[in-house]
Amino acid sequence: MRVPLWKRAILPSYVFLVLAVTLVPIIVMIVYSLNDAPHGRLSFSWQGFTTEWYRELFAIPDLTSALVTSLEIAALSTVIAVAIGTPAAIALARHRFRGRAVGDLVILADIAAPSVVVGASLLGLFVYLGVSRGFGTILIAHVAFNVAFVVIVLQSRLQDLDPSLSEAARDLGSSPLNAFWLVTVPVIFPAILSAALLAAALSIDDFIITSFVNGQTLTFPLWVYGSVKVGIPPQVFAMGTVIFLAGVAIAVAGVVNARRSATAS
Amino acid sequence: MSTKLRTAVVPYLLSLPAAVWLGAFFVLPLLTILGVSLMTGNSIDGFTLTWNFSIFGDAISTYATQFGRSFLYGGISTAVALVAMYPVAYWIAFHGGRFKSVLLFLLLLPFFVSFVIRILAWQFILADDGIVLGALKSIGLIPDQTHVLSTPFAVVAGLTYDALPFMLLPLYVALQRIDQSHVEAAADLYATAADRFRSVILPLSAPGIYAGIVLVAITNIGDYLSASILGGPSTTMIGNIIQTQYVNNANYPIASALALILMVTLMLAMAVYARVFGTRTLQEHIG
Repeated sequence: MRVPLWKRAILPSYVFLVLAVTLVPIIVMIVYSLNDAPHGRLSFSWQGFTTEWYRELFAIPDLTSALVTSLEIAALSTVIAVAIGTPAAIALARHRFRGRAVGDLVILADIAAPSVVVGASLLGLFVYLGVSRGFGTILIAHVAFNVAFVVIVLQSRLQDLDPSLSEAARDLGSSPLNAFWLVTVPVIFPAILSAALLAAALSIDDFIITSFVNGQTLTFPLWVYGSVKVGIPPQVFAMGTVIFLAGVAIAVAGVVNARRSATAS
Repeated sequence: MSTKLRTAVVPYLLSLPAAVWLGAFFVLPLLTILGVSLMTGNSIDGFTLTWNFSIFGDAISTYATQFGRSFLYGGISTAVALVAMYPVAYWIAFHGGRFKSVLLFLLLLPFFVSFVIRILAWQFILADDGIVLGALKSIGLIPDQTHVLSTPFAVVAGLTYDALPFMLLPLYVALQRIDQSHVEAAADLYATAADRFRSVILPLSAPGIYAGIVLVAITNIGDYLSASILGGPSTTMIGNIIQTQYVNNANYPIASALALILMVTLMLAMAVYARVFGTRTLQEHIG
């Protein structure tokens, strides 16, 4: 059968056009991170090639400390979200109990709710209780949205998992806790890892919710946003590029690793 | 304690920490803003609960324009993203061959760039003397005073760009799941390519369309970063108002009322949408 023209040529060309549009802002970020900026503020025009901003990546103390804050929040919120989200995902996937439907609904609502509403309502609570805003309130907020994503990712993986595995461990005399640590955890570990990576990525990226509960503390996205009015230092795009490349490297390593273990088994 | 009782308690113990966290920092805040919205006062003298229900009417009438604009921008960007990404998801799922995962990965690359920087890059692209307009102006193709930034077009473009990967993913997952033998069966029954698309592929991909629309529309209607970086005074969205009233003006009641109205409107829209389209496609699935 002859493949029609639109399938053979038009559709693939269109896919590559969309791909080009997708990549344009990323290329802009990388190109401008290599653009000379005589006054330390990026201009729209090309001033000449330089790698100065990578050598001077941490030359702006406020920007560096904002990045450190972002990384700390990401690490802590991920650990807490995984620690409390994993047992909840097991309960929702493996057990029938009163309140399970409500649990599912709250998790979905947490993911679907617009960020402005989540941020504004959290700020409302903190103002109402007189809690001063800063690192702690950012962390609370990030865990609150990360938990839902951790639960969703793990829940779908646990549903695919054969429950007879841990039942077999129980039949062989293992305690429920031992069966959990020795059977369930190793099997869902890849899922825990991808849930953790998703949570860390969402945390580092979050702008809207954080902008409500940050007080005086600045994260990387908030610092960048604040610098728009006064002019963006080129380090912003250099850091953006480094974060981008690190994320891509982690993702590629994850895929390669998954492929290797798939072919090994 | 009997084993039966112990097994009954297990799921509650497992979900307790997450339930407490989400109860305290997601559900409770939503209830709190209902209370806060009914208060009157100011940040210096404090706020008292006066059951001021008229605030909802005031909020709607004062900010009707921004509400309308948010739904308009959010709606257009969602529709454009859906129409733009459906053929892409279709081609990758059905004809991607061995380039499937590579193509998908490349199209999802924006996920690895910080949200603020993605929008900022568009500011550089669309600026008056930026990459596109600057070049067009220097060769005299467009007048010097042409500008794109701070127009609705710039804001919608930013929102649409941001939506592309979020739209692609659910569409691809749904299309990928379609059993090719259904499409072949339709072809065997002399269905034309258009018929096969309309009566087999499109209905079977409906869950992905629904997920993509819900995901993108909610995010974009509530967004304020795109309007704030790419827009101007005439493109203010409801998110910008909520943010300014809450964080800069400390006008908590009006900001809470606006947030609640937004949340309730979106939930109603989702429910209506599920009713109108969701159940019908469901019936088509069964029937």
